[in-house]
Amino acid sequence: MTFEIFMQQLANGISIGSLYALIAIGYTMVYGILRLINFAHGDIFMMASYFMVFSMVNFGLPWYVSMVIVIIATILLGVLVEKTAYKPLRNAPRMSIMISAIGVSFLLENLATYLFTGVPKGFPDIAILTQAISFGNISFSVATLVTPIITLILLYVVQFITNKTKIGMAMRASSIDFETARLMGININRVISTTFVIGSGLAAVGAILWGSKYPSVMPLMGVMPGLKCFIAAVLGGIGNTTGAVLGGFILGMAEIMLVTFLPSLTGYRDAIAFIILIVVLLVKPTGLLGEKVTDKV
Amino acid sequence: MKRKLSLLLSLLMIFTMFTACSKQGAGTETSNSDVIKIGVFEPLTGENGGGGLQELDGIKYANKMYPEVLGKKIELVIVDNKSDKGEATTAVTRLIEKDKVVAIIGSYGSGVSIAAGDIIKNAKIPAMGASCTNPMVTQGNEYYFRACFLDPFQGRVMANYALQQGAKTAAVIMQNGDDYSVGLGNFFIDAFKELTNDPNCIVDVSEFQVNDTDFNAILTNIKAKNPDVIFAPSSATTAPLIIKQARALGIKSLIMGGDTWENPSVIEVAGADAEGIVLSTFFDENDPATEEAKKFVEGYKKELAGKEPIIPAVAALGYDAYLLVRDAIERAGSTNGEAIKDALKATKDFEGVTGIINFTEEGDADKNIAVIKTVKGGQFVYIDTVEVK
Repeated sequence: MTFEIFMQQLANGISIGSLYALIAIGYTMVYGILRLINFAHGDIFMMASYFMVFSMVNFGLPWYVSMVIVIIATILLGVLVEKTAYKPLRNAPRMSIMISAIGVSFLLENLATYLFTGVPKGFPDIAILTQAISFGNISFSVATLVTPIITLILLYVVQFITNKTKIGMAMRASSIDFETARLMGININRVISTTFVIGSGLAAVGAILWGSKYPSVMPLMGVMPGLKCFIAAVLGGIGNTTGAVLGGFILGMAEIMLVTFLPSLTGYRDAIAFIILIVVLLVKPTGLLGEKVTDKV
Repeated sequence: MKRKLSLLLSLLMIFTMFTACSKQGAGTETSNSDVIKIGVFEPLTGENGGGGLQELDGIKYANKMYPEVLGKKIELVIVDNKSDKGEATTAVTRLIEKDKVVAIIGSYGSGVSIAAGDIIKNAKIPAMGASCTNPMVTQGNEYYFRACFLDPFQGRVMANYALQQGAKTAAVIMQNGDDYSVGLGNFFIDAFKELTNDPNCIVDVSEFQVNDTDFNAILTNIKAKNPDVIFAPSSATTAPLIIKQARALGIKSLIMGGDTWENPSVIEVAGADAEGIVLSTFFDENDPATEEAKKFVEGYKKELAGKEPIIPAVAALGYDAYLLVRDAIERAGSTNGEAIKDALKATKDFEGVTGIINFTEEGDADKNIAVIKTVKGGQFVYIDTVEVK
């Protein structure tokens, strides 16, 4: 193994890891507040990719306009899902809302298959993101370089919102104790909507960056990233945004390094993610940065 | 309000369920003795959805051209196997038990066909594969036939072509758990080793999993070994991602694939990076082998009406598969599974679109011709017709 190859793999790992991180933030925030694993998150990510295809390919809009439209449309979709599928179940047992989330996931997948067929569509080429840069023998696209930077900036923004603003304070209060927060006069519905706005917005940004690297859009494209990002969120400590980003990077790096150092095991790449999940659940169920929560029964 | 919304949502769910079903089982209600039902078992969704649809279009067109047999109307009962081996067995069982079809056509993708093989054998319902190329589809199953060539042949054709291009080393990428991909990859490896007489000519073999999108790690390993060709038998969904990422990493090697790559979505998704890829396929519209082929090319071009730039080979095979089954029912003079099977076996010099078809002992079409194509200017372009004795 030469130094160059190692550096190339490192770049590959950081790039995929930061994409996982971006989507994992959405999982972790919803969990933090609603104690709900939003299984539809991966499919909202998938819909965002389709929105991008439609606005750029079918309507011929420039990428910067499309990006804004896609983010807004995805946020609307996320909030719509919350209002229709989760809000009516606010006082139902947690299991019901989880099943509702799985239902939404299947609904979106089948709706996409019905409307857009199973034939993959090409993700529009955003020249500014897809052009290749090379240093000697190491080459990667601009998207690879930009993704980790965007992820870290967005992490900072999310941290700022949760720690420094009034709505963030309400979010933190709700995540500690839902009922008490409500009694204190916090508008719980607004807090939850805001969470879905942020989560879906990040999924949209993730979809645009993902599509620039892996330009194939199809109805089931959200399933695997959805699962991987869920694992990343659990690994980092679900409910903790910094943890989600850390978990995403570790997961991406672990996958790439498996291929780098044990090339004969490339077929087990997905297995490594699930092995990590099992090990975390066995050894440290709260994840790397998760706080110990005493569950109120 | 809450109630209404949840009601609306559940209605929407039920609606999507029904639309999916009604699409698949179009017109199954009209079950009477005036129709003969032929089951069509294809992936319409999932990773092979694109190819399955192309094949289905060919079958539907054949049904339109030859709608009758034994004086009765032929009705196609279409089910989606979702590119999934588990779904495949359910789909075939449904065709046999619920719809009581007399024969089955399909499927695109060898894995699903192999998975359904035992059910077909036990039910004694003859099946005709159109483009499933793995040898195991028909092996030990006298009820499964197929209209296309086999992977050992295809692997050899591609190895041969690589050698002609002066390649001395090759890397192979295949999809773990996919019978088509692993089968074809290994046949290529065997053939390339034999042809080059060099046991070290395969410098890298990497595997990936279904629905993987990131191949950078695998390709970085391959880049370090600098092979002359990369052979990556894979679905039309995966192919453009491999091609694009390889070029983005600065890999200049010749990239080759199998028959699944002849799908416009490969070019659409991979864009300019698709230029120069090489693949083998079953049929070329510019070189019709028979009278039937000329008629088919002319008619199907109109039918496509510019929807696809070229006639996909799998559509031609789907057409042939339908014709072969229809011809066998005609000759058998009955819809008895055993009789149709025997009639299929006795098929002699059948004039199909993809050539003159006879069946071997195993039930495979005895074909020794493959077409090699490349991509040039955003189009699939014919390079050569290869005949292996």
